[in-house]
Amino acid sequence: MYAFSYVSPKTVRQAASALAKAEDGKFLAGGQTLLPTMKQRLAAPSTLIDLAKVDGLSGIELKGRALVIGAMTRHADVAASAVVQQAIPALASLAAGIGDPAVRHRGTIGGSIANNDPAADYPSAALALGATIVTNKRKIPAEEFFKGLFETALEDGEIIVKVSFPIPSKAAYAKFRNPASRYALAGVFVAKRGSDVRVAVTGAGSNGVFRATVLEDALKKRFSPKSLEGVTLPATGLNGDIHASPEYRANLIVVMAKRAVTAAVGK
Amino acid sequence: MTSTGIGAPVRRKEDFRFITGKGQYTDDINRQGQAYAYFLRSPHAHATIKSIDASAAKAKPGVLAVLTGDDLAADKIGGLICGWMIHNKDGSPMKAGAHPALAQGKVRYVGDHVAVVIAEDYSTAKDAAEAIVVDYGVLPAVVDMNAATGKGATVVHDIAPDNRVYDWHLGDKAATDAAFARAKHVTKLDLVNNRLVPNAMEPRAAIGDYDAGNDAFTLYTTSQNPHVARLVLSAFIGIAPEHKLRVIAPDVGGGFGSKIFIYAEETVCVWAAKKVGRPVKWTAERTEAFLSDAHGRDHITHAEMALDDKGKILGLRVKTKANLGAYLSTFSSCVPTYLYAPLLSGQYDIPAIYCEVEGVYTTTAPVDAYRGAGRPEATFVIERMIEVAARETGTDPAAFRKKNFIRKFPHQTPVIMAYDAGDYVASLEKALDMADYKGFGKRRRDSARAGKLRGIGFSAYIEACGIAPSAAVGSLGAGVGLWESAEIRVNPVGTVEVLTGSHSHGQGHETTFAQLVSARLGIDIDQVAVVHGDTDKVQFGMGTYGSRSGAVGMSAISKALDKVIAKGKKVAAYAMEASEGDIEFKDGRFSVAGTDKSLAFGEVALQAYIAHKFSGQELEPGLKEGAFYDPTNFTFPSGVHICEVEVDPETGVTTIAKWTAVDDFGNVINPMIVEGQVHGGIAQGVGQALLEGARYDSSGQLVTASYMDYCMPRADDLPSFSIGTTVTPCPSNPLGIKGCGEAGAIAAPPAVINAITDALGHEDVTMPATPQVVWQAAQKTLRKQAAE
Repeated sequence: MYAFSYVSPKTVRQAASALAKAEDGKFLAGGQTLLPTMKQRLAAPSTLIDLAKVDGLSGIELKGRALVIGAMTRHADVAASAVVQQAIPALASLAAGIGDPAVRHRGTIGGSIANNDPAADYPSAALALGATIVTNKRKIPAEEFFKGLFETALEDGEIIVKVSFPIPSKAAYAKFRNPASRYALAGVFVAKRGSDVRVAVTGAGSNGVFRATVLEDALKKRFSPKSLEGVTLPATGLNGDIHASPEYRANLIVVMAKRAVTAAVGK
Repeated sequence: MTSTGIGAPVRRKEDFRFITGKGQYTDDINRQGQAYAYFLRSPHAHATIKSIDASAAKAKPGVLAVLTGDDLAADKIGGLICGWMIHNKDGSPMKAGAHPALAQGKVRYVGDHVAVVIAEDYSTAKDAAEAIVVDYGVLPAVVDMNAATGKGATVVHDIAPDNRVYDWHLGDKAATDAAFARAKHVTKLDLVNNRLVPNAMEPRAAIGDYDAGNDAFTLYTTSQNPHVARLVLSAFIGIAPEHKLRVIAPDVGGGFGSKIFIYAEETVCVWAAKKVGRPVKWTAERTEAFLSDAHGRDHITHAEMALDDKGKILGLRVKTKANLGAYLSTFSSCVPTYLYAPLLSGQYDIPAIYCEVEGVYTTTAPVDAYRGAGRPEATFVIERMIEVAARETGTDPAAFRKKNFIRKFPHQTPVIMAYDAGDYVASLEKALDMADYKGFGKRRRDSARAGKLRGIGFSAYIEACGIAPSAAVGSLGAGVGLWESAEIRVNPVGTVEVLTGSHSHGQGHETTFAQLVSARLGIDIDQVAVVHGDTDKVQFGMGTYGSRSGAVGMSAISKALDKVIAKGKKVAAYAMEASEGDIEFKDGRFSVAGTDKSLAFGEVALQAYIAHKFSGQELEPGLKEGAFYDPTNFTFPSGVHICEVEVDPETGVTTIAKWTAVDDFGNVINPMIVEGQVHGGIAQGVGQALLEGARYDSSGQLVTASYMDYCMPRADDLPSFSIGTTVTPCPSNPLGIKGCGEAGAIAAPPAVINAITDALGHEDVTMPATPQVVWQAAQKTLRKQAAE
């Protein structure tokens, strides 16, 4: 790790201004990606702006027909929240399956979404549930937020304040883990709200999280695992590495989608 | 048996300090004025070094020195050595390329040592290393073994223009050819034994310390054999004469073989300590461990087995290429030769065996002994061949094994080994019973109804442990003898210190060795201290590897205990004014036969030290005895492991549903520790079979250089094991011990792959059988099923 400065602002405004002043500043949320990267000397920010003490960034509440989660809310808190378990149980179980207990007690929903790791879990939930990402400047629909590998619509100095998830009628997340890292090789979040069905896939796309419209179309006819029998996905656009070829990932997406739908229907 | 005696499941004495964080590992030790080393490593698999400009690095505040291979050469420091000479088929010696501790003119793998920076602190050293400018002339990487020995391959070492370290063979080719000529059936198989990274929990570390007043060095290091390290550093590398070099291997957190070897880093730390006049410490980062710890396995093999019309094995023919990496590590040359081919007879009566092995240089990390060392590779070959031969001849795999088991002992195999004792049928039958083999058909049908493919696989392994008779290994090319030493120091109050040349790095010697002493001397286990890992305390020893500490190390202790008791009888005779011939020793008391006169062990110890009852001319005061024990044979632990798997054809996930292990380790000192060794061994073997694989890309970069990509076994990858034992005592050592440290890692891989291939109905499954590999293989199964 290279030397860096550390600041701990109390408000979103102070945080944004600290970033503007820094030569090469970075916001520190849970630090579960940034700190290991810095330890490996792969990132060398001049200044870390810790969001931990910024007021009003964490918490979980129901607002009308939406579940609103503050950006600095830790994965373990989402997993354990009775409100989340009641409103969107699939989201609670997704949070319960992120990383290991240490990661879940440090990592945050805002950090995960802002980082947009192509194998992170939360982006699939945000996309499938049609979430809105609320920043200090504007509201961004998930559809427009995730731009590619580690890329988002966030502008310089823009801070995620909260994420608002419309409550679906049925939803579930099924993840096939990389045996080594236990990140998603293919994580599939399915959500049904009214006649709309969305299937968002993480871990598998070579350009990050995406919607599997072929599967959505099949499920719109009937929201049942049977609708996915015999459906195949092309391997184009999928990631290939030593753990999984694009063809294997294409298979896993369909299998995980079936398992997610089975779970969603069962709930 | 007492509650702490031989055979008692005594809780490990050492665990209190380990579990409470009170262990003293090398990195826990800090010397006054200590500086820190950082090694600049090659980013290229293969390159010439045109120049190194360290001027900017040297100018940085806090930097004490930047040293390179030129400095080593100027100080006439020798290269690292390989201590086992292998001869080619034509009798010529193997080709060992020079292995300087810091590169001299060329780097040969990613992670090779280019320079060392010594600085006031570690960060400064690391920062300074980034300022060193190295001008590399990049050469083609040599990664694939077949390409390495093919036409036009780039040469790794000039001494070996075809990249062959050796072309070696064992066995009778003519007799084997004759066996195949009369075979009714021949089973053929191509096998890959995947490359592994050892991954001890404690990374390697070293502190070099130089005492200018006495012109003497101390090296603290993560070693399984500190005396061998001192011998090599002194006699071969030339750091300092042995009496001026003390090597301390304190608590060591796992080795699995990777800490046997003498590496560049400790060599440089001890040498650099004198150059900078400060103690020099280095602790590996995990990435360095992946890149530069000696890797394990990495064979490609073609094997053929000849059967007669009754399914009896007539002969075995094996051709193996073994990747030895960029340099010959300390014992690398013997692993795919003398630790491999002599085990190819397995538990079977095979009249003729012929094995050829080519050792190959590549631009990858050196490959050397890793838990099992050669024996897992041999067991994988023979147990895969046996299973496939049984399938091809339509025979039940258990029945096929029974038909071919060796049943009379001693048994001379055609490949060196003379098995001394065993009962292979007993282990198999017990395992079949424990695994409920009869109920397997029903379980398979139940799985099929749930859309899963269930399979069962056997592994009837044998290993050669208790390494080893010195004369035997000497005749095979070893540079050292493989005896062990022990010294028993009895204090005046009767407490005992055991100084042993064995080295514990997880094995629990402080407990098992104390159990032996306690049982033999009749004293409490807490009155026994085990001292190891310091060349200033223990006079000499060969260290711990090859499951040798019980069979060889404890036999040396046993021999020394015999001498202590014999001396004790003399002292007791004087003390009780009786004839030495009348003294009996039992349950911790020396007594005069036929009388009620007796003295406790501690009382005799006191008499030995006060020496009031005898003059020094009649009997030397004191009670301290030493012994060197050289085994008369290898030991031959064996057993049967049965693995039952369930494969999910949709995802390729293999779940181990049941694991049964029945091992014959001979006599057992502490069954709990033995069971722990079996658990750990199986976990590592399952790791090799399902999860672990070191992969280099075509440019020689290690793709699996972290836990993000290199998959270690976790608790939830494994079932609860069902473990049993059978016992045939080892006849070649006084304790009847065979050894248990490597058994699980040797037995497990073929058991897993035999089970998966049974589930899938074909043999095209490679290790590690990751979900992707098994999914692809399952597609073939589903196509076959659809066609039927």
